[in-house]
Amino acid sequence: MSDVRKSLVLHGGLIALLLVLHFILPDYHHGNLARVMVLAVYAMGYNVLFGYTGLLSLGHAMFFAAGMYGMGLTIQHLGFSAEAALVAGVLAAFVLSTVVGFLALRTTGVAFMIVTLMFAQTGYLTILYFGEWTRGDEGFVIQKASRVIAGFDVSDPGNRYLAALVLFAVCMAVILKLVQAPFGRVLIAIRENEERARMLGYDVFRHKLAAIIISGTMSGAAGAFYGLLFGYAGASFASVQYSIFPLLWVLLGGAGTVTGPLVGALFMFYLIDITSGLTSAYMLFAGIALVLLTVFARQGMVGEIRRRLAPWLP
Amino acid sequence: MASVNLLSTQGLSRNFGGLKAVSEVDFDLPEGQVRALIGPNGAGKTTFVGMLCGRISASAGRVSFLGEDVTTLPAHKRIARGMAYTFQITSIFGKLSLRENVALAVRRRLGRDAGQVTAEVETSLSRVGLLDRVDQIADDLSYGHQRLLEIAMGLGQKPKLLILDEPTQGLADSEIEEFKSLIRSMAGQTTVLLIEHNMNVVMEMADVITVLNFGEVLAEGTPEEIHNNADVQSAYLGTG
Repeated sequence: MSDVRKSLVLHGGLIALLLVLHFILPDYHHGNLARVMVLAVYAMGYNVLFGYTGLLSLGHAMFFAAGMYGMGLTIQHLGFSAEAALVAGVLAAFVLSTVVGFLALRTTGVAFMIVTLMFAQTGYLTILYFGEWTRGDEGFVIQKASRVIAGFDVSDPGNRYLAALVLFAVCMAVILKLVQAPFGRVLIAIRENEERARMLGYDVFRHKLAAIIISGTMSGAAGAFYGLLFGYAGASFASVQYSIFPLLWVLLGGAGTVTGPLVGALFMFYLIDITSGLTSAYMLFAGIALVLLTVFARQGMVGEIRRRLAPWLP
Repeated sequence: MASVNLLSTQGLSRNFGGLKAVSEVDFDLPEGQVRALIGPNGAGKTTFVGMLCGRISASAGRVSFLGEDVTTLPAHKRIARGMAYTFQITSIFGKLSLRENVALAVRRRLGRDAGQVTAEVETSLSRVGLLDRVDQIADDLSYGHQRLLEIAMGLGQKPKLLILDEPTQGLADSEIEEFKSLIRSMAGQTTVLLIEHNMNVVMEMADVITVLNFGEVLAEGTPEEIHNNADVQSAYLGTG
């Protein structure tokens, strides 16, 4: 079987499995998985920049929040329909990632991490500052009546799961196409050896900028859908914690792999879900998991599978 | 005067603080020539070619390529116009396969035409004798083979000007012979600028040799002229 076909079977199979789970999972896990799929889209967006291009951002919560507030505020204050609001959210993240990309790409390495962190803090504080409209920390609920996409009421758990699945499938297809296209290959080349990529005649700045825009816009799409599907927008989604989450998910699942973000997000979600039932120090378990992973599987779960068993994994 | 120079520089200079690494170099490279650039360590050879291909910005002077001033063009645009540069310190994509390494070099020209890319990747690799290792990971190659891979990446770009920075460093004698025949096979089609320490290679391959010393052109001429040049002998070749 050719690598392309294997990849098609694996990723198609994953989507089919997620669809089957819709019919058989008990309510609690069904709800969790819908949430994890949207968060995995956030992580996939993050992975474009971190996993494939090799740029470590500590500020992706600003893009997630840009999507969430671009969607939420236009519903709340401008009376947008759900569809128009989703577009507004994605557009907000697109514009923000373009501007931040232009500015942050003047730096590299640690400076890039700090600059993105600072931009994200600015975003977080801006949300708090305009509390009159954003309701600050407290956030605001998106009314049930507004949560209807193309006639489907996504406050219904079944529709919500399917909407999350569609979003996930579309984004995964985009990533899959991207990383196998010449453009994605150049991103990997930049990650592996930036100077060599430049001296092969590739415009490194333009490729990195495009990577930030794709990454930020996809993260924003996740934020917009998260807000709409679960009916809430709040400033905590713009906080540092939400910038760190996708980094952890991607590291756990496997940086630079297509399915790693889902695996990482799922693992982390259930790790916290289970251990928080046992102790209030549940983040300790997340820490231990990360330490174990860095010692025994440095490339993350899917990354390790690729290294040992399936080098064809994209 | 007919302008057959592929590349030329006027007054090209680069200072690092107070140090004049390259000073007022006028240099003309006619199309199709194999030119060697030699000089003692620290003579400014790598700095000079760095300014040619845009890795290092010039403090003064100008570079023209194909009759156009490229002094202010960023490196990737000069490469896109037909320069290729192979690094003195091996610079490859270590975690990627040989196929992908060379494909990256080929694809910038050919884009999405996968069939054509594969064909040219295999041609480039076979010219340096690495075709049988096409699916190996570049890091797993020996040092000499990595040097050859780097040259294959240069070939894959089908450049008008190929700049090779100490290509035979670390190659075994047999590999040096193969390298020489590779350069011979390009004669006439590709202009080659070769920084090289191995005098056998230089004397045998170069049409013309330029000698740099303390950032300035000390001498220029055929291998024979350079070999018999007293200044060069005292500066570089010892007593000859």
